[in-house]
Amino acid sequence: MFATSLVQTLTFAIAAMICVTGALGVVALRNPVHNALSLVATLFGVAVLFIAQEAYFLAAIQVIVYAGAIVVLFLFVIMLLGVDRAESFAAERHPLGLAVGGILGGGVMVLAAVTLFAGVDTATGRRSTVGALAPSDDLNRIGRALFTEYAFAFELTSLLLTIAVLGAVLLSRRASGPPIDLDEFPAEEPDADAEEVEA
Amino acid sequence: MSPNAYVLLGAVLFGIGAAGLLIRRSPLVMFMCIELMLNAVNVTFVAFSKMLNDVGGQVVVFFVLVVAAAEVVVGLGIIVAVMRRRSGISADDLSLMKG
Repeated sequence: MFATSLVQTLTFAIAAMICVTGALGVVALRNPVHNALSLVATLFGVAVLFIAQEAYFLAAIQVIVYAGAIVVLFLFVIMLLGVDRAESFAAERHPLGLAVGGILGGGVMVLAAVTLFAGVDTATGRRSTVGALAPSDDLNRIGRALFTEYAFAFELTSLLLTIAVLGAVLLSRRASGPPIDLDEFPAEEPDADAEEVEA
Repeated sequence: MSPNAYVLLGAVLFGIGAAGLLIRRSPLVMFMCIELMLNAVNVTFVAFSKMLNDVGGQVVVFFVLVVAAAEVVVGLGIIVAVMRRRSGISADDLSLMKG
């Protein structure tokens, strides 16, 4: 019993350390490629935490979709745009942004500390409404909930994905005409384009 | 591990992501910070799912993943479209988009 608890604690500590280090790397490093790789570290740490909580299906999805697809997409765009050089961090340091960011980030952490020290056992008092967890059968349970209780949301998700694909195709279509000067904004044509995409 | 530790970690990650979103001015890095915040929420959802023994939390994480993917696709499309016209752009210049 003690050994199991020790292993769990150690797993959590190491994964949490990886997560927080990666998150700090995303915020603080100057090279976009390093930011993306730090993001991978955080995502893997989160996947480990999912496994520690017996959410095996979500851990696999986390690695495949996030670390496999989304971060690769980020790296692809970084390489495509050629912004893989260090930026001047000092130039983009805004006093107001720093202050608001620090206050908001610190506030959330204080809120979390309050939660921790208050020692609440249940956040809402509600009990299972969808279905109980089953670690050896979690894919089945998730699928069943997805196609019964959340069927409408699932269909909306497919709609969202279709819209996203259409939007990406529209946005990445190469516009004809010479590159425009930012000082001439808002010009007529790009605005009409943007409206259309948004709608 | 108690859910409290997971909730605390989720809040710390969310705080770091939110701070980074407001501090950094590169659109790409801001997107990564949004991903951080979404992941922090996912950690919290799974922790509460385990605590309440309810599969609903895990289903919500599934939906968050889908939304994150859609968001990244459209967001990176916008960034590519903007950067193609003018490279080295920062989020401050993008304020022109707010019709």
